[in-house]
Amino acid sequence: MLTYVTLAWRNLWRNKRRTLIASASVFFAVILALLMRSMQTGYYDYMIDSSVRMYTGHIQIQGKDYWEKRSLEESMILEEEKIKLVEQIEGVELTVKRLETFSLISYGLVTRVVQIVGIDPNEENQLTSLKDKIIKGVYLKNDSRGIILAEGLAELLKVGIGDSILIYGQGLYGVTAAELIPVQGIARFTLPSQNKSFAYVSIPYAQWIYSAPERLTSLSIMIDNPKQLDRIHQKIKSLFDLSDGKENDTYDIMSWRELSPELVQSIQIDNAQGIIMLGILYIVIAFGIFGTIMMMTAERVKEFGILISVGMKKWKLYLVTTLETMFISFIGVLTGALVSLPLLIYFVNNPIPLTGEMADAILAWGFEPILPFAIYPGMFIAQVWTVLAIALVSGLYPINFIRKIKPVEAMRG
Amino acid sequence: MSLIQINKVTKIYDGTAVPVKALNNVDLKIEAGEFTAIVGPSGSGKTTLLNIVGGLDIPTSGNVIIDNVDISTYKPDELVNFRLHHIGFVFQAYNLIPVFTAKENVEFIMLLQGLVKAEREKRATELLNAVGLGDRVNNKPSELSGGQQQRIAVARALASKPSFVLADEPTANLDSATADSLLDLMENLNKEFNMTFVFSTHDQRVISRAHRIITLHDGAVERDELIKQNQ
Ligand SMILES: Nc1ncnc2c1ncn2[C@@H]1O[C@H](COP(=O)(O)OP(=O)(O)OP(=O)(O)O)[C@@H](O)[C@H]1O
Ligand SMILES: [Mg+2]
Repeated sequence: MLTYVTLAWRNLWRNKRRTLIASASVFFAVILALLMRSMQTGYYDYMIDSSVRMYTGHIQIQGKDYWEKRSLEESMILEEEKIKLVEQIEGVELTVKRLETFSLISYGLVTRVVQIVGIDPNEENQLTSLKDKIIKGVYLKNDSRGIILAEGLAELLKVGIGDSILIYGQGLYGVTAAELIPVQGIARFTLPSQNKSFAYVSIPYAQWIYSAPERLTSLSIMIDNPKQLDRIHQKIKSLFDLSDGKENDTYDIMSWRELSPELVQSIQIDNAQGIIMLGILYIVIAFGIFGTIMMMTAERVKEFGILISVGMKKWKLYLVTTLETMFISFIGVLTGALVSLPLLIYFVNNPIPLTGEMADAILAWGFEPILPFAIYPGMFIAQVWTVLAIALVSGLYPINFIRKIKPVEAMRG
Repeated sequence: MSLIQINKVTKIYDGTAVPVKALNNVDLKIEAGEFTAIVGPSGSGKTTLLNIVGGLDIPTSGNVIIDNVDISTYKPDELVNFRLHHIGFVFQAYNLIPVFTAKENVEFIMLLQGLVKAEREKRATELLNAVGLGDRVNNKPSELSGGQQQRIAVARALASKPSFVLADEPTANLDSATADSLLDLMENLNKEFNMTFVFSTHDQRVISRAHRIITLHDGAVERDELIKQNQ
């Protein structure tokens, strides 16, 4: 076997330049592909993480049908022990309780529809860093009886700290909810829609205003590692399923994929474009490898004829030519991956900061304007598999060629 | 029984517009230990005959019996094995694997036969010494002269311990002095190991070295002269 490996290896270097060009094309393609994939997946991870941190969390437990109906009638009672059980699942970083509803807020002659969010101030701050967003006044405590308004909303209402606004809405089971509340803080959000329509109170106070004691509309769950999403999602589901395994009719348990379907879709579209680009790149590479293999085959017809004549079985020649194809391809993949690795690690740790219009556009979405990179073993494995597939398919050419060789004709040339 | 028995072999190439009768009813017997030249003008059928005897080509009619076996009964794969174990080949050119050294080329045929490394090395060294290239074992073919390359081809042909060696115009690319010394080598091996050589040639000087001369004309045996009796 070693002799065949040696033979294949030396055959490669009969035409050094050609082999180097073929391998180099694979090398550069692999680097390019890895950079592209790293940037794309990095960007997706970043979008997901930002979006999850901005509001939804990775997983949410909601009252059954709350997602469609958005009414307090679909809110839930979630016992403290149950929440403890969720928090004890390995990989769960944080749980965040909320009681949300829409209400009218009036001040003077101005009235707006506002999303009132009842929060646990400490939990909410850990998830969305709400405290850091306060630009005036003070943040909430659990027993606060004040409200925090988004900056844009406060401007529309023309209110300042200490002014009292009127909340008017519907509580649980149609009870009227009306409350005069002092503004205790103003928070600035980067996402324009949020900045114009959000207001926060503490959960106990929200439960009191809306006559919904012990009620929550959602429990958001953050996890340490997004790759564990499906496992943890399943775990939580099993925690809430009825013991006989029937559909749960009290809770919905949704992942960010269901909570942010637009995000999922935009990632899918972008990813598909990326894969098409990669496909084109690899078609070019495949031609490079294939062309080299074809030349290496065509110029050795006489030699193949002689080797078969003196008693070399054809399958042994197949072995040698296949090894040659593998070598050409794998010199490129391995060196490409090796060079990419430190490059990617550098970019993962030092994301490229964006400037100009692009930065503004991203800022408007509430994300920091950077071009993040990610690195996963899967990206490298995918390259190896792709090139392996190209090599194996290209390797069929010499095999088919040799299969048809008749030594007498081959030697006559 | 003869080593090689060629019975009424006819070969017609009918792939072309006009079918060519390359061999016409050839009947020959070749005994172990012969040093025989197949001669004749270009197109007379020398290569065709050697190819059929070597199991590289199949006769249109007639058969070839080697070591008492009709080689037309072999399946293609068995034929490859038969060539590997029974016949040593020397061709006019491109005999050697260019990326292997002299020694590796000689060893390769034994590797195909499944011999172990130590045995291969020992025999390759012996054979390269025997063909006078003991000091060039680690040179690649491109670093050797045409005559030296053909000597290695002879060493390779003998490495498999064949029943006989077929050489199609082994001296065609060599100058006459080099051709002479290759013939010396082959004749010595014939004498020393009683190795049978069947070679084709146009070259009058090479023809004169043969112990038996078979002359072909238009695919038929025109003359068959015994010049020198085997010892
Ligand atoms: N594959 C083939 N198809 C058609 N005709 C062929 C084929 N091979 C050989 N021939 C013909 O068969 C005849 C004998 O050819 P062969 O090669 O055996 O001659 P040769 O004696 O070896 O000639 P040379 O001295 O030129 O090598 C020639 O007329 C040749 O053209
Ligand atoms: Mg010929």
